[in-house]
Amino acid sequence: MGKKGWRELMRGADLPSASSLEYKTGSWRTSRPIWDPDKCTHCMFCVAYCPDMAISIVKSEEGVKGFNGRIYKGTVRLETDLDFCKGCGICAHECPTHAIEMVREEEATSSK
Amino acid sequence: MSTWKPLSGTQAVADAMRQINPDVVVAYPITPQTPIVEFFAQYVANGIVSTETIPVESEHSAMSATVGAAAAGARVMCATASQGLALMWEVVAAVPGLRLPIVMPVVNRALSAPINIHCDHSDTMGATTIGWIQIFSENGQEVYENMLLAIRLAEHPDILLPAMVMQDGFITGHSVENVEIFDDDKIKAFVGERNPDRCLLDTEHPYTIGPLALPDYYFEIKRQQEEAMRHVKKIYLETGKELSKITGKEYPYFESYKLDDADAAIIVLSSAAGTAKDTVDKMRAEGKKVGLLKPKLFRPFPYKEVRTVLKDIPVVGVLDRSMAFGAYAPVYAEIKNALFELDKRPKLQSYVFGLGGKDIFKSDIEKAFNELLSGKVNSEEERYIGLRG
Repeated sequence: MGKKGWRELMRGADLPSASSLEYKTGSWRTSRPIWDPDKCTHCMFCVAYCPDMAISIVKSEEGVKGFNGRIYKGTVRLETDLDFCKGCGICAHECPTHAIEMVREEEATSSK
Repeated sequence: MSTWKPLSGTQAVADAMRQINPDVVVAYPITPQTPIVEFFAQYVANGIVSTETIPVESEHSAMSATVGAAAAGARVMCATASQGLALMWEVVAAVPGLRLPIVMPVVNRALSAPINIHCDHSDTMGATTIGWIQIFSENGQEVYENMLLAIRLAEHPDILLPAMVMQDGFITGHSVENVEIFDDDKIKAFVGERNPDRCLLDTEHPYTIGPLALPDYYFEIKRQQEEAMRHVKKIYLETGKELSKITGKEYPYFESYKLDDADAAIIVLSSAAGTAKDTVDKMRAEGKKVGLLKPKLFRPFPYKEVRTVLKDIPVVGVLDRSMAFGAYAPVYAEIKNALFELDKRPKLQSYVFGLGGKDIFKSDIEKAFNELLSGKVNSEEERYIGLRG
């Protein structure tokens, strides 16, 4: 796609809002967090510590199965959004139940 | 009805700000700009203006808060001098690229070192290449009117650039003269209100300001800035005509004083131009045909127009109140540039004077005029007025 010339660009360096959504910083990642839902207590540590807000959460009335086979109801985490996860590993470091393992990106993609 | 008031140059600026009534003023006091902040703070405290002032801990923060408020959509002013301008430099340089119409009076003062509080133009001459509009003022009257022009220029939809309005520290800034302050209602109608086409507080229409722009976009953004600057000259004259209807004065890019038939001309900015005009009158009375050009709009610089008025003058001397170490002095460089296009150019001489507030007298300027008239000039040489050998 051709980039706009100086006459067509918005004034200054102004941009439409939320343009960072189109910038997939996940491409910078060298290692990937592999989350094991069976070990997860949905304590939200990973969500709170993630510097890129790459772990989304939902409200679940019926609950999801997690650590020790228990059903966890209320706010639960989802899969990490790999479009924006830069692979820093903070979530794995903070996880109290070791439910997240960092795996080299090339290993993670070849095992799929 | 206009009112004549005994005002210092800094008070004249504060009075212009009173009439403009900006939404936000963030300025950190620094000699010799301090009275602007003091007088304006009184207007705020007494409820004469509805401006919000933000006390900050440094000039860097002052300009940062000014940028934030301007991006939010407010009409915003700052004020500074010398070391203050130096300290806020990082943010000052960002404002033109952000396209925020901030107006900042600057009370010219020498830059350290050595530390000095008096007038020269080394502070704002360092800021000529970053995209601020710059207007120099000779006296309190001019600085008051230039403030009114500056706010209209900065906020014009075809410009949207910041503007500095200069006056000489102490010489103009602290000297009290009669200043004609025009009718509040007329001036308020002239300056109007800022109506930004987009601003951050308009949450219905969000946008991003100040993002990263790498080699694929940075150059394009800077070219837009140059285009905006190219619009200034035309709008300066148009706005000046509008202001003329209130003040009865004219607002050319520069003042030409007895230049038409001059055998020699001197070019000098700001307060020294007043001294030079007196010298011109004295020498004219003695039959010597000399004249003066006083630049007012310095960025953008009116090269073509300056060339037109100087082309037939045999010899021109340029008096700079700052140096550009290792290069031609700033005003001299502009004049030399302006004359390049001519086939037959005036002879030129560069003079530097008045650094750190050193006085310049009529006798000094007369000596320079006589040197010009003698033809003993050298366009490659920088000469010094009032320097001990």
